[in-house]
Amino acid sequence: MAPRLLDISPMKIIDCPLNGPRNAQEFVCGGEVRQEPSQDAAIDKWADFVFLENNLQGVVHEWWCHVPTSYWFIVTRNTATEEIIATRRPDEFFAGLKQTDGAGSE
Amino acid sequence: MPLALLKYGFRRKYKGDKYFPAARPLKDTYDVVIIGGGGHGLACAYYLASDWGIADVAVLEKGWLASGNTARNTAIIRANYLTPAGALFYEESMRLWRSLAGELGINLMYSERGHLTLAHSDAALRTSRWRAEVNQHLGIDSELVGRDEIAKLCPEINLSEEVRYPVLGALYHPPGAIARHDAVAWGYARGAMHSGIEIHQQTEVTGIKKHVGGSIELETNRGSITAGTVVQAVAGMSSEVARMAGFKLPIRSIPLQACVSEPLKPFLDPIVVSGSLHVYVSQSARGELVMGGATDPYPLYSTRSTLDFTERLMASMLELFPFLENAKVLRQWAGIADMTPDFSPVMGLTPISKYYIDAGWGTWGFKATPVCGKCMAELTATGKVPDLIRSFELERFGRMEQVGERGAAAVGH
Repeated sequence: MAPRLLDISPMKIIDCPLNGPRNAQEFVCGGEVRQEPSQDAAIDKWADFVFLENNLQGVVHEWWCHVPTSYWFIVTRNTATEEIIATRRPDEFFAGLKQTDGAGSE
Repeated sequence: MPLALLKYGFRRKYKGDKYFPAARPLKDTYDVVIIGGGGHGLACAYYLASDWGIADVAVLEKGWLASGNTARNTAIIRANYLTPAGALFYEESMRLWRSLAGELGINLMYSERGHLTLAHSDAALRTSRWRAEVNQHLGIDSELVGRDEIAKLCPEINLSEEVRYPVLGALYHPPGAIARHDAVAWGYARGAMHSGIEIHQQTEVTGIKKHVGGSIELETNRGSITAGTVVQAVAGMSSEVARMAGFKLPIRSIPLQACVSEPLKPFLDPIVVSGSLHVYVSQSARGELVMGGATDPYPLYSTRSTLDFTERLMASMLELFPFLENAKVLRQWAGIADMTPDFSPVMGLTPISKYYIDAGWGTWGFKATPVCGKCMAELTATGKVPDLIRSFELERFGRMEQVGERGAAAVGH
């Protein structure tokens, strides 16, 4: 399924995969998408997962939540230009990741 | 008359002093290179020369001198933090601030106003009492005050109970002050340059390589430079520069916006902060109200201004000062804040030897300029982490030893 595109910039409206275009104030950012370490991973792996951030200036994939409906989904946006590139359901996003062998989905 | 003035101006005898000595060409090698020509980097350069006699130093600034967060903060200085590590560190900064104008020979317009952190809930009162106890134990002038005292200290605050969040009490910090932030950077820059330190503006670091011999090579838009030691002090871009050096930081870059009103007759003595209403305000010597609020709701590397921010901030301002309803906002801007998970800075060693970091200054960096410069200079000169900043090491996260300052660092977090 093609990612949803919305050409409104900067971020005032977010196109929620469940609820459609909604005011950005209804959403919260849950941080970058990343792989959780296994339960028995070393403490430095967990410290990295809990505290360290890629904090990239550029295109990032992030978890966002539509607060009124508690719906979590993936936003791909540019942190330099404040543009939303795509919003996807988590299953769509992770299926895309598998197809491209884990290396970005764009 | 204008002709006489012109003649006076052209006479050699009255040649004015240039504030900064003439710039020198960029060399290939320096003992120390400081990345970032903001307040922190310049203070570090100044103390390297004045405390340790190290003058083979270059400060590289990608834009103009102090054009980043040094010129974008709301210039508040205080030490009423929550953890002993934080409070002692900022208290030392306060001590340095008091004699700084004389030392640098520039009017910093340092003005001790008193600092009121309003509490509008039992939880906020409890945190205020906690901070007051920690502060008093460490010898910092700080106390919990009730509504009567607030009315005396700042009669302009709306203490009515007919508002959404009535004021219940406040943490009062008499030494709380404001200063002119640009002058701080200029003073440190001039002091450093007079000791022979070079400041190179429009010089952006684009790559960082570690050599086998121990020196560090910095690629810049003006050619490559070899440095014995590097100090990174690039608030806002910390993660991107650390990425070039090859390590990750516990930082999210989030914009913090602020604004000023048109100049008003002086009416507001203390600095007033409200965590519950997400607002802080002081009145500058020019009469402008300098106002700030919560950070933006998501990470971003853009310093744009938003209407959401102004709307929310003004709603809070009018609850505290209803008589300002006709005052106009004059300017609005944003700075990129390095937000850390525990609301404390990251200072000291990095995974790369002789590459020191000064980052994670979120919304609390300006007040630390003198003490941070002094500590980073000591670290650079001796290679040993000063006791005052030991708690703020990057490694603390690996040990799960955060320095939790969320309750005292700023508003609206």
